[in-house]
Amino acid sequence: MDDSSSAIRTIAIGGAAGDGIREAGINFSELFTELGYHTFSSFDYPSLIRGGHNYARVSYSTGVVRADYRELDVLIAVDANSVRVHLDELKPDARVFVEQAYMEHLKEIDVELIPLPMKQIADECKAPHVARTSSAFGAYGYTRGIPLQRLKELANIVFANVGAGMNVKLVEAGYMHMRAKEYPQDELNLPDHGYHASEVIDGNKAVAKGLLAAGLEAYIGYPMTPSTSTLQFLAKAGKKRGIKVVHPEDEIAVINMALGMSYAGKRAACGTANGGVALMQETISLAGVSEIPLVILESMRMGPATGVATHTSQGDLQFTLHAGHGEFPKFVVAPGDVEECFECAADAMNMAWKYQLTSIILSDKHLSESYMSATLDEESKGPDLGKRALHLGGQYKRYKITHDGISPLAFPGTPGVMVKATSYEHIEEGEATEDPREVKEMQDKRFRKYTGLYEDFKWFPTVKTYGDLESDIVVVFWGSTKGAALEAAKYTKQPVKLVQILWMEPFDADRVKAELAGARVVIDVEANHTAQLAALIREKTSIEILNKVLKYDAQPFTPKQLAEEINRFM
Amino acid sequence: MALDLTTDATNTWCPGCPNSQILVAFRMAVEEMVKKGELELHNLVAGAGVGCHGKISDYLEVNTFNSLHGRIIPTLTGIKLANPKLQVVGFSGDGDSFSEGFNHISNAARTNSNINVFLHNNQVFALTTGQATRLTPKGFKGGTTPEGSFNEPINPALVMLALGATFVARTYAGDIKKTKAIMQEAMRHQGFAFVDIIQPCITFFDTRDYFKERIEWLPDTHKANRFESALKVARSVSDEKVPLGIFYQVERPTFESNFE
Repeated sequence: MDDSSSAIRTIAIGGAAGDGIREAGINFSELFTELGYHTFSSFDYPSLIRGGHNYARVSYSTGVVRADYRELDVLIAVDANSVRVHLDELKPDARVFVEQAYMEHLKEIDVELIPLPMKQIADECKAPHVARTSSAFGAYGYTRGIPLQRLKELANIVFANVGAGMNVKLVEAGYMHMRAKEYPQDELNLPDHGYHASEVIDGNKAVAKGLLAAGLEAYIGYPMTPSTSTLQFLAKAGKKRGIKVVHPEDEIAVINMALGMSYAGKRAACGTANGGVALMQETISLAGVSEIPLVILESMRMGPATGVATHTSQGDLQFTLHAGHGEFPKFVVAPGDVEECFECAADAMNMAWKYQLTSIILSDKHLSESYMSATLDEESKGPDLGKRALHLGGQYKRYKITHDGISPLAFPGTPGVMVKATSYEHIEEGEATEDPREVKEMQDKRFRKYTGLYEDFKWFPTVKTYGDLESDIVVVFWGSTKGAALEAAKYTKQPVKLVQILWMEPFDADRVKAELAGARVVIDVEANHTAQLAALIREKTSIEILNKVLKYDAQPFTPKQLAEEINRFM
Repeated sequence: MALDLTTDATNTWCPGCPNSQILVAFRMAVEEMVKKGELELHNLVAGAGVGCHGKISDYLEVNTFNSLHGRIIPTLTGIKLANPKLQVVGFSGDGDSFSEGFNHISNAARTNSNINVFLHNNQVFALTTGQATRLTPKGFKGGTTPEGSFNEPINPALVMLALGATFVARTYAGDIKKTKAIMQEAMRHQGFAFVDIIQPCITFFDTRDYFKERIEWLPDTHKANRFESALKVARSVSDEKVPLGIFYQVERPTFESNFE
């Protein structure tokens, strides 16, 4: 294989739940990243703990890779099923490593298989079952022509967090097995640009880092795929970072507890999947009327209901935009990759506190749980309160009517100040009212926050464009679809202009109109059934997008398949 | 300057409603504690859910958080966790915490969250004009049970004890002085303090005469630090007598202390 060029290579590791497939995928991503490649890895797993079919897919290149490819250069199969499932994805010269014990079950397969006694090697090294793919790491390194000493150094870095000793032993054993069999080696050919990304990170952890950068003090969550890893990462970071992390009795308690913490002055966030956000609806509304800053990470999976619990979807854009009963301002942002996860999460926290409203970071399984090589600029974001109105003495009015809709924010525990928050419509002092004039006045005050939010369009990436900006063929997308869309653009028949929408609420209608103006063909690409972004664009700009590529099989787009779909409109 | 905890809001409880007695008892409890230097007023937060009881937050010139129906308890825990200096008191109703929000009050008792819950127990959904709650006696004829409710009521004190509350008491709204004293004891307690306040609804379920004949204060000999004694008292509610007083009070690490 010639891996020195910008060619995109893909390796998949398949096995049953409990075989350490996800970990193996991360290990390979880290290996490639250390070698100076860019990587993108996704993980596909069913909703069960043992058995089933899991696979990790890692694409790498010397250039940035934004999605994993379906076409495989290497397959590591821990069980026989993994060979059968991925057979039609193998490129003609693909290398397929198979657990030796299953070779006899694969006699019907007419592809060359490389037997690798992963179980036997693990047993000999007294390593647990879950670590057996580490010998494949060694075998793969051998075939790439990496000298043993160098591979062991790399393994020491990759496995540093999980105990390098035993894993490095497995790597070496896998390597020596291939050498003993005198399997041919590639000529060593690695990137020589002397640079590598600082980490391999998934969307959930990038969101956590963005929240921390913006001054997160508390995180409340209830485990639900695909949002759980943010909660677990922060729980582990908890005391060390001085943040309070709680897993209470249900999602309703989650959001109400987070609201209590914000009311008392702490920068709190909460997180869950779309199903959890469904439970939080009335409290999103409460946060709206009580104007208590609140941040929610919502990671979508395929619904309705329990749906396809561990698989991806972009089916909740409209649900999220309309979260909570009644009318009130909110902020909804949809990042499309790990760097945007970091930036948008920090922005979401700052917007919540600047405007005293609910900020929702809308992610999905494919974004939350896929890993990319990245170097986050963690110094680029910090806590920002904006020009928060101060209480300058006299009687404190929590909901003082102001020209910009922002009332002085104070917290209980402040001498001379009474902070009254309420779910009822209220007067400036925070006491309930049903008086028609007062009801209208307070709503007008809240909605005046949009004046400032619209001003912010100037300072934030509400919309991003890529590709051939002169092209009259425009592809519009949002969220995790960004990765496949940017990759697909490499394979379209004609150059395309790519438009990514990040701010869903407030919506930068003028900018979107400008980006779509003059287009001969506009194609909407979304992972849902009802083209929810197209509906939003039509609502806000009156532009109707007729060409749609919609995917709702709970699988993310893959670059070449998406390119074919786009090509149909050319 | 004398402490004035009243607001300009118009009181919209029914004239003569025992909720006003609870309000007076609480104001007195707070005024005394502030006077004695036990409490700084700006460090007091009074939360409430939704139901007739929830209106109390409009009538108190203190920090308040008037939440949704059934949802005040986790908010109180969040407030206490955010700022442990705050004295966090929650008013709730039998519909608010034993029908809609039962998962929350049960969890706060279990984790010993360092908050107080004062239950306005009128044994009826009153603000929605009279339906049975989970604390309403069997046979109650209300809007949703025209031929009488089917189920036996929950015994709130017994449930709170079983779940791990470290302070469990019952009082009667009409006895303002004793209610005030029990509120103060609850506020001094470190841990989850639950006070069941019998508050007859004079409009939809007038039990004033029923309770007047049956309430009975615990003798001084009651050992509140013994779980078995507390259980016995909680279970002794009957058609003949309804015991009042502090049933149970023990110390155990609070939920919030896990984060220090």
